[in-house]
Amino acid sequence: MPPLTRYWIKAGFVNFAAALLLAVIIQLSSVIPLPEFIVAMNPVYFHLFLVGWITQIIMGVSFWMFPPVNKDRPRGLEILGWISFVSINVGLILRVVGEPVVFLDPVNEWRWLLIVSALLQWIGGMLYVVHIWQRVKGKQLPSTNVIRVL
Amino acid sequence: MPTLSVWLIRCSLAYLGLGFTIGALILFNKAVPVIPSVWNLLQMHIEFLLLGFILQLTMGVAFWIFPRLQTMTDRGDERKAALAFVLLNAGIWVCSIAPFISISYILLTGRICQTAAVILFILNLWPRVYAFGKY
Repeated sequence: MPPLTRYWIKAGFVNFAAALLLAVIIQLSSVIPLPEFIVAMNPVYFHLFLVGWITQIIMGVSFWMFPPVNKDRPRGLEILGWISFVSINVGLILRVVGEPVVFLDPVNEWRWLLIVSALLQWIGGMLYVVHIWQRVKGKQLPSTNVIRVL
Repeated sequence: MPTLSVWLIRCSLAYLGLGFTIGALILFNKAVPVIPSVWNLLQMHIEFLLLGFILQLTMGVAFWIFPRLQTMTDRGDERKAALAFVLLNAGIWVCSIAPFISISYILLTGRICQTAAVILFILNLWPRVYAFGKY
């Protein structure tokens, strides 16, 4: 398993646990009094689960298992994958912090956290698509056979 | 990777790009509410990412990687899977534009397309779920 896949999958596990923990806290707020901003964490729960867990697992496994680009560089330009990994995870962390801040005070000067979070997650998603696109392909003839056919 | 998987997975990646773009716009608007109408795209954001990206990518990989049949058509009746691909994408778009169009039963039509797609895909994949060494 390549290093980037391990990072993606382990980050996915952490996000999975964090999402479920957050779900417990959100549910607890209906039983015991908790700070008001807990209600605003519902979108954070969904995104930790769907982006942090499911999407990152997909990214990690596809980076590992999809057909190679070529023999010299089987996984393409890996730096794109690394930037995607960092962008998505930093973006998610900024969202975890930014959502309650904006909920408590919508004109708070710290709302830039959400803007940067949106930008980072978007960059992460786009770089992953660009990076993995070339590895979504059918079986190709080995070059020696192509030469023989020609 | 079979051609149908290439189509399914590439479409799913396109939906990932579109879904993330809409999501980023919505999140940006949460911080700086410049275009409140961007919230109307929430349904599209959900459809694109849950069904367009996650479900479609899963279908593409399953069609590619599940055990093959020892018959002439080793990936089963591919017409069913191809029709599932068409119906799923039609359903995603119909459900996505439903909030903007006042046509009766449009959302229901979209959901029927999506359900039919999933049933057809299951029918294609069902015989390919078997124990190791059975064939």
